[in-house]
Amino acid sequence: MVGLRRLLLATIAILAMAASARADDFHDLIDRLGAESFDAKVQAVDALGELGDGRAVPALKALSDGLLYRTADGHVVVVEPAGDTYRLFAPVDHGGLGEAKSGAVDKVRVNNRLRGSITGALSRLTMVSASRDDRLNAARDALKHLSADSAPALERALEGEKDPEVRQALTVALSAARLTTGTNEQRIAAISVLAQSTDSEVRSLLGRLANSGDLDPGVRKALEAARRGLEQRLMWIGFAENLFQGLSLGSVLLLAAIGLAITFGVMGVINMAHGEMLMLGAYTTFVVQEVFRAFLPPSWIDSYLIVSAPAAFLVTGAVGIVLERSVIRFLYKRPLETMLATWGVSLILQQAVRVVFGSPNKEVSNPSWMTGGFTWLGGATITWNRLVILGFCAVVMLCLAVLLRKTSFGLHMRAVTQNRDMAAVMGIPTARIDALTFGLGSGIAGIGGVALSQIGNVSPNLGTIYIVDSFLVVVFGGVGNLMGTLVGALSLGVVNKLLEPVAGAVLGKVAVLLAIILFIQKRPRGLFALKGRAAES
Amino acid sequence: MRAGKAIGALALASALMLPGAWAQAEDTIKVGVLHSLSGTMAISETTLKDTVLMMVDDINKKGGLLGKKVEAVVVDPASNWPLFAEKARELIQKNGVAVVFGCWTSVSRKSVLPVFEELNSLLFYPVQYEGEESSNNVFYTGAAPNQQAIPAVEYLMSKDGGEVKRWVLEGTDYVYPRTTNKILEAFLKSKGVAAEDIMINYTPFGFADWQTEVATIKKFASAGKKTAVVSTINGDANVPFYKELANAGIKASDIPVVAFSVGEEELAGIDTKNLVGHLAAWNYFESVKNPVNDAFIKQWHGFIKSDKRVTNDPMEATYIGFKMWAQAVAQAGTTEVNAVRQAMYGQTVKAPSGFMAVMNTNHHLSKPVMIGEIQANGQFDIVWQTKGPIKADAWSPFLPEDKGKVADWSFPWVCGNCTEPKYKVLTD
Repeated sequence: MVGLRRLLLATIAILAMAASARADDFHDLIDRLGAESFDAKVQAVDALGELGDGRAVPALKALSDGLLYRTADGHVVVVEPAGDTYRLFAPVDHGGLGEAKSGAVDKVRVNNRLRGSITGALSRLTMVSASRDDRLNAARDALKHLSADSAPALERALEGEKDPEVRQALTVALSAARLTTGTNEQRIAAISVLAQSTDSEVRSLLGRLANSGDLDPGVRKALEAARRGLEQRLMWIGFAENLFQGLSLGSVLLLAAIGLAITFGVMGVINMAHGEMLMLGAYTTFVVQEVFRAFLPPSWIDSYLIVSAPAAFLVTGAVGIVLERSVIRFLYKRPLETMLATWGVSLILQQAVRVVFGSPNKEVSNPSWMTGGFTWLGGATITWNRLVILGFCAVVMLCLAVLLRKTSFGLHMRAVTQNRDMAAVMGIPTARIDALTFGLGSGIAGIGGVALSQIGNVSPNLGTIYIVDSFLVVVFGGVGNLMGTLVGALSLGVVNKLLEPVAGAVLGKVAVLLAIILFIQKRPRGLFALKGRAAES
Repeated sequence: MRAGKAIGALALASALMLPGAWAQAEDTIKVGVLHSLSGTMAISETTLKDTVLMMVDDINKKGGLLGKKVEAVVVDPASNWPLFAEKARELIQKNGVAVVFGCWTSVSRKSVLPVFEELNSLLFYPVQYEGEESSNNVFYTGAAPNQQAIPAVEYLMSKDGGEVKRWVLEGTDYVYPRTTNKILEAFLKSKGVAAEDIMINYTPFGFADWQTEVATIKKFASAGKKTAVVSTINGDANVPFYKELANAGIKASDIPVVAFSVGEEELAGIDTKNLVGHLAAWNYFESVKNPVNDAFIKQWHGFIKSDKRVTNDPMEATYIGFKMWAQAVAQAGTTEVNAVRQAMYGQTVKAPSGFMAVMNTNHHLSKPVMIGEIQANGQFDIVWQTKGPIKADAWSPFLPEDKGKVADWSFPWVCGNCTEPKYKVLTD
């Protein structure tokens, strides 16, 4: 009896010692994250991953975010920048450790190799986390960071997992792990699971296996069959992806060109300053974003675009009306002079923006609901900003169609452009309609600029990049016809994108230009030529 | 009669003007600034114009050069390559400048080169370029390929760089990317990389729709080998490229992108949160910590009157070039081109990069090479650098057609592109 109790006590003591040794080990490893060489840091991260202690997660996340610093006495701390000083926190329990001057602590440097190890370790540590999203991310990351002993960890995680999507991701990762370490039967089973997936990581894994020399003939046969099937499916997915990219490029071209379709297409003004209206729209977006950043709570920043669109419309619309009243109205029916004058205006606007904002690019960030993308059809990447722009373009087109067809302003506008004298006789104030129409075209160009700011540069020469494409779209689609502009922009986008993988970006563009030149020879009035008396004038 | 009167007036006017013109020429040393202030390149070149003005301002505050004030003559070649040549001629012949600081793109440099050689004047060119050139009338203070491209690729091949085995060489379609990629391809092949593991792709200037290119890169990278992108994409096209990359979810730890034309100034136009870890190779980063750099940044902020403006590599190269030229003029005691050129060789400047930059007889500098990772605040964190300065090769040892070519403007070679010395060393 006494002997048994003594044994029990001894066991407890040994267990306690082991636990404390492990605890010391753990803190030691955390401090070793601040080591000098990348090799030592990678070792520490890998050891933390193997230890399986979830308390390491905040420290690893801080390291990966560049917020882990080393103090003079060799410990690591998590920092939160506050002006010139840093607030310090303990890396494990996040207890406050006071403040320090930014020079007093040293940043722990991270490189891509270390980042890879961190993702791998985090994936192991969060595989059994309470949050479903964490588990899903962990399962997906596990696929990229397989090591010799990944399989048992994945098996354990799979046993306890209920969520079907996480289970699916875990199964794929487990199969991938068995691909390299399992028996031949396990490998063949794993290949048949992986063959269903179109993840680019899986494709890369199968490729690596195929390159890896001695394989069992049975495994190799299954592997080759799986790879053939995969390539075929990827080809179709690639085609679908390409088509989407074409539509997306088309929608960007359309947004850039609709404004011109009104000022040039409907009014017949060769408006070389159209590109600068796009640019002003983009700069308005920038200003609105800065105002949001400066004056509104940070949680509002995601909605700055909703304010930018009408703001850009009003600003560029106003500039357009001023331009029409002060320059263009004196030059109607003198296309050469209009062209030179508007070109001059475009240079003035560019230089004005350069003086006010400076010549370097301005940073316009995507709101969080427009960043990133998702996988479609199991392999094609669709980015949110492209999808939103596609939808936005449709809304703008719809609004414009309603405005032109269903409102009295639209009716007046069409009347004036078709037969100015007759419209004047009917009591339509033609001069005012001219100004408003030009303002409408410019305003819509401004809205196009809002969209362009989300995918490209915001710089003084933003307009010069798009002006040629805009004219191309309007002329190709048929001058004076909004439907033509729509079809023209989308078909140019799709043709461009279908040619690009075959011919390359440079030759593709040349081919499209040549095709348009030939097309204009055959049909000088574009895809949708206006018919009737309006076309004669 | 009328013509006679006009000629008389003209003669009178010039007689009146002449003493003034002379007085001015006596009082000041003129330096030309040949950077685009409008057009596509204005975005990058305007900053360099300001850097030269800052250096001029600085030297005048310290008492000028050879007892005279230095005066900057600024012209705008407007990103128009032939106009560069006209403006260079105007600076040298009409304004009588002692030296010109200018050009960014290689095509603009090629355009002014004959002018400088014909009129025997000096150009300081501050931008990284493709090499394959050494003119007696140009001092190249930017990086040659062996000071930027080759070390960057070697870093990616190393353990810390991720042991990359497959390469995408993505560039804008003009001379600098094409030549650099030719050198890189030869270098990679010499390191045993197979032809099917190298993909080379070009896009036009100002390319804005990167969806297909990014999808192609993603597909190329999924062949079972660690892949990296080497980017010689120039100017405006970078912003949409990086935006597309970030949105397509390509992380630096999966497919790192190392760029040769993206610096602090270019990143100012991008939200870098999703780009952390992508790389750039330069000879200088603003984040370098040393007293010379601190003073350089402070001087820049003071001159441009804004704490938000960043410094970058071509600015540092302009700084080095200007200091060296001023030292050479002081040493020669004159601004006469031949004397200044001779004084340039071996000239050293303590550079903001923290190293001593040295001008070699091939008209290129010895500079350190640094690899930086993009950070969330738009700055670079240096992850690797050479132990000391690297001497620039004007001709690449990796190109078969460059075999045996030597650039050395000191005796007995005295040439920028030859396989035998111009003079024989007389021995008795």
